[in-house]
Order: sequence, then C-alpha cells, then structure tokens
Amino acid sequence: MPILEVEHLRKSFGQTLVLDDISFSMEAGDTLSIIGSSGSGKTTLLRCLNFLERPDEAIIRVRDEVLLDASHADRLSAQETRKKRLHFGLVFQSFNLFPQYTALQNVMLAEELLARETPGWKTHKAEITARIRAHAEDLLREMGLANRMNNYPHQLSGGQCQRVAIARALALSPDILCFDEPTSALDPELTGEVLRVIRGLAERNTTMVIVTHEMAFARDVSSHVIFMDDGRICEQGSPAEVFGNPQQERTRQFLSRYRDEN
Amino acid sequence: MEQFLQQFPVVFNSLNVGFLQTMKLFFVTLLGALPLGLLLALGEVSRARVLRGAIKVLVWIIRGSPLMIQLLIIYYGPGLLAGSISAEAAESNWFLAFLRSCKWSGGEDGRFTAAAVAFIINYACYFCEIYRGGIQGIPVGQEEAGLVLGMTGWQIFFKVKLLQMIKAILPPISNEIITLVKDTSLARIISLQEVIWAGQAFLKGSQGISGAIWPLFFTGVYYLVANGLLTVGLAKLEKKLSYFR
Ligand SMILES: Nc1ncnc2c1ncn2[C@@H]1O[C@H](COP(=O)(O)OP(=O)(O)OP(=O)(O)O)[C@@H](O)[C@H]1O
Ligand SMILES: [Mg+2]
Repeated sequence: MPILEVEHLRKSFGQTLVLDDISFSMEAGDTLSIIGSSGSGKTTLLRCLNFLERPDEAIIRVRDEVLLDASHADRLSAQETRKKRLHFGLVFQSFNLFPQYTALQNVMLAEELLARETPGWKTHKAEITARIRAHAEDLLREMGLANRMNNYPHQLSGGQCQRVAIARALALSPDILCFDEPTSALDPELTGEVLRVIRGLAERNTTMVIVTHEMAFARDVSSHVIFMDDGRICEQGSPAEVFGNPQQERTRQFLSRYRDEN
Repeated sequence: MEQFLQQFPVVFNSLNVGFLQTMKLFFVTLLGALPLGLLLALGEVSRARVLRGAIKVLVWIIRGSPLMIQLLIIYYGPGLLAGSISAEAAESNWFLAFLRSCKWSGGEDGRFTAAAVAFIINYACYFCEIYRGGIQGIPVGQEEAGLVLGMTGWQIFFKVKLLQMIKAILPPISNEIITLVKDTSLARIISLQEVIWAGQAFLKGSQGISGAIWPLFFTGVYYLVANGLLTVGLAKLEKKLSYFR
C-alpha cells in the first residue's frame, strides 16, 4: 500500500498554470528526489503537499486516507487543515528557525503546544515536558548537535541551522518529510554535513521527498526520481533509469548541463 | 536669592502635584494606547476590507491633524452637541436623549477623562502604524514554519511573532513614549492641572506668589528627569532583547 498518492494535481497562480496533472505515488521508506530547472514548479508542489497552497485539482491520499480532494469545493476548517498537515513535515531552503528560541526550544515548541491540547496535560505537565525534551535532545544528538542545543540560531552556522530545522521537522514524526533544496542556501563547504544527515535518514527508511539540485546526491540516495519540466512530470523512474538512461530529450539536456558543471 | 529660597518650597509642592497629574495622564495613555494600537494594527492587516479601510481613514485623520485640536474637539464637542438638543426633542427620542446626556463631568475629573480619551486615541494611531510595520516586517517564512508544524494562528502570533515584533518596534515605540511625556503638556489647552499649568499659576498669582516666571522654567526639569529615567529603562529593555537576532 503506497504511503502517499498524488493524483492529477493542478495548480495555477492567476492565469499561469504552474503544476499540470501531477501524479505519483511512493511507498513507506522511499526517498523520492524531485529535480528540474528553476521555475518548473518543485517548490509549489511541496507547498501543496504541506497545505501552504491549495491545488485547483488534486486527490492526495496518505495511507489510503484522502487528505485532500480538491473537487470538494468546501474549504477545510483551520482545525482540519492543521491536523492533516501533520502528516507532512517541511524543511525550508532558508531554515526559518525561530530566532528567539534556542536550538532545543525550536525542536520542542510544536510538540509542546500539541501536548497542551491533550487531556492529561494539566496533571502530567512536568513528565510530558521532560519526555518532549528528551525526545528533542535525542533528535539533536542524532543531527550531530549535542553541544549546540542551547545556542540561538544566530550563533549557529548555516549547516547547523539546517540540521536544527531537520530535527524540528522530525520532532512531530511526520509520515512524509519534505525538503525544499535543503542545501541551496549554504556555503559549499557546509552542504556535506546536511547531506550526510539526510543520507542517514534515508538509510533508516525515513519517507522523504527531496527537491534538490545536488544531482550526485539524488542519484545516490534516492529510491525514485522525478524530473519536472515546466509544471509537468517529464520523466520518472529509478535513479539508474533517470540518470543512467534518460528517455526524454528534455531530461538529457537538463542532466548534461550538470555534467558540464562538474 | 532670599526670595527664591522662600518661594521654592511652595512652588515645589505645587509643581509636584501638577507633575503627578502629568504622570497620571502619561501612564493612562500608555495603558490604553499600547493595546488599542495593537488591536488597530491587527485590524489593519486582517482580511476584513471594510475594517481595514475604516482604520486607515481613522489613522489618517488622527495623524494628519494636531493633537491640540483633537483635545479641544473631544473636550468641548460633546457639550456643544448636547447643548444643541432641546429637552423636548430628547423626550421624544431615546437616542437624542442619550446624546444629550453625553457630557464630560465638570471639574478636573472631566478634563482628565477627556484628555485621556484624546491622548489614547491619538497615540493608539501612531502605535498602530509602528505595530503594523513590525508585523509586516517579520518574514513570511516564520509563519509558514509555524503552520507546517501544526500551530494555530494564535500560537504563531503569540509564540513566534510577538517577541520578534516587540524587538523590532521597541526603538520607534521608545521615541513615541519620550514624545508622549512632553506632549502631555498640550492638555494645558483644556486647563488640565498638569505641571505647566501649575507653574504658570505663579505667573498670574497664586499662594502669595505672583509674577514669577522661574517656576514655569523649572517645570522643564521634571520632563528632563522623567525622560532621563525612561531612556535608561527603555535601553535596558532593548538590551534584554538583544539575546537574539
Ligand atoms: N505565489 C505565487 N504567485 C504567482 N506565481 C508564483 C507564485 N509562486 C510561484 N509562482 C510561479 O510558479 C512557477 C513555479 O515556481 P516554483 O517556485 O514552484 O519553482 P521551482 O521549481 O521551485 O523553482 P526553483 O528551482 O527556482 O526553486 C514560477 O514560474 C513562479 O514564478
Ligand atoms: Mg523552489
């Protein structure tokens, strides 16, 4: 049973069609990489999955539960949207850490706020907070940030910030974790540490959708690759198929640009 | 010199009483205008178009005209309006009756309430624009990060944006607060018995002293001391928030 199915997703901004008939699915534990040139709609696709944009048409299912059927015109209530988006996590290109909180507090915040809504919160506040803290500390250690937990974002390097952001997204245990060019805002010498962390997640079968321009990384780490061009899925398949033996002329052109660069 | 030493205790007492009224107006204005300004700012960035338009017009009127005129209108306006409604008209219509009863009570209490209302509205409009800049200056990524983490709009506002906003607006708000201390003297125009009024009394004659101009000059010391303390306090607050960027 696929963990995520997207069917016939279509999205326009005003008159411009940005995503046209996007369909794909993935299994639990898959790492799906989305590649494609600038403006091809990759970010918009991730934003649709995370309910930051509303598609004009689409059926999105997670574990057979229909999260979004855009043909039902009625708008979701804020409360429903909130619950549904918790199936997904999103790591932004620009981290978007909360500057007034330490790394640890950044990771703890959302889980704590959710815990407040549970019935036992008032009576078990201390235990629940301790548990959330321990969980956050584990995640940060896993990200190699054991001695950076009490630093504020402005005291961290870009690579460290992005790793905090990954821990923050993992804290809510989303079914599918999305990355939007997680290393594009980083100095080249810092991309390695972030890619290493993502690779580690892939090895532990975290279900991930990764938009990236790091072709070598995508080839290496993905179980499935989608090449997007001008709002459509131009080609998809295993990394060996898409990178090794692309069928479409557009894919070949796109990939050769990267080969020239390296 | 001897005369000065004789006058000083009398004047000092009087000015202190006046300055108490100045400070009362100052604090009441802040207490009212800081939250009211925030409400106006939230209205101005909300999706309700009519509300947004109404607030824009209000802010334009209040910031576009002198506070002194606003004080005069708010203090004298209701009385003039009430006076223009005859007793017979009021008897036949509850709304006219209500308008007729809308008057500031006589004396210092009435003057103070009117001044406080005028100052609160005026400063709320200035604060509103500062808040709005603060809210809109926060990168959308902050809100989106909160949303993706399942936070509600309120949680995002209070847990994520508010402190960043306070940090960003503290310098311009501090400026307004310092200005407010001095602006309270405008309430003199409706004879509120604040410190300048108290100083001026010795020019005209009061408590056996007349023709003395120095008490009026001396009121400046009160403003200087108050603003000195405020500047230090606000700088401390700013420093407290410098732990993040
Ligand atoms: N809010 C918006 N309003 C209007 N047009 C938008 C909006 N967001 C994106 N677009 C347009 O949609 C198209 C796809 O944008 P998107 O950001 O999804 O591309 P991308 O594949 O992520 O590109 P990049 O590799 O540069 O990040 C672009 O043409 C962009 O100009
Ligand atoms: Mg993008």
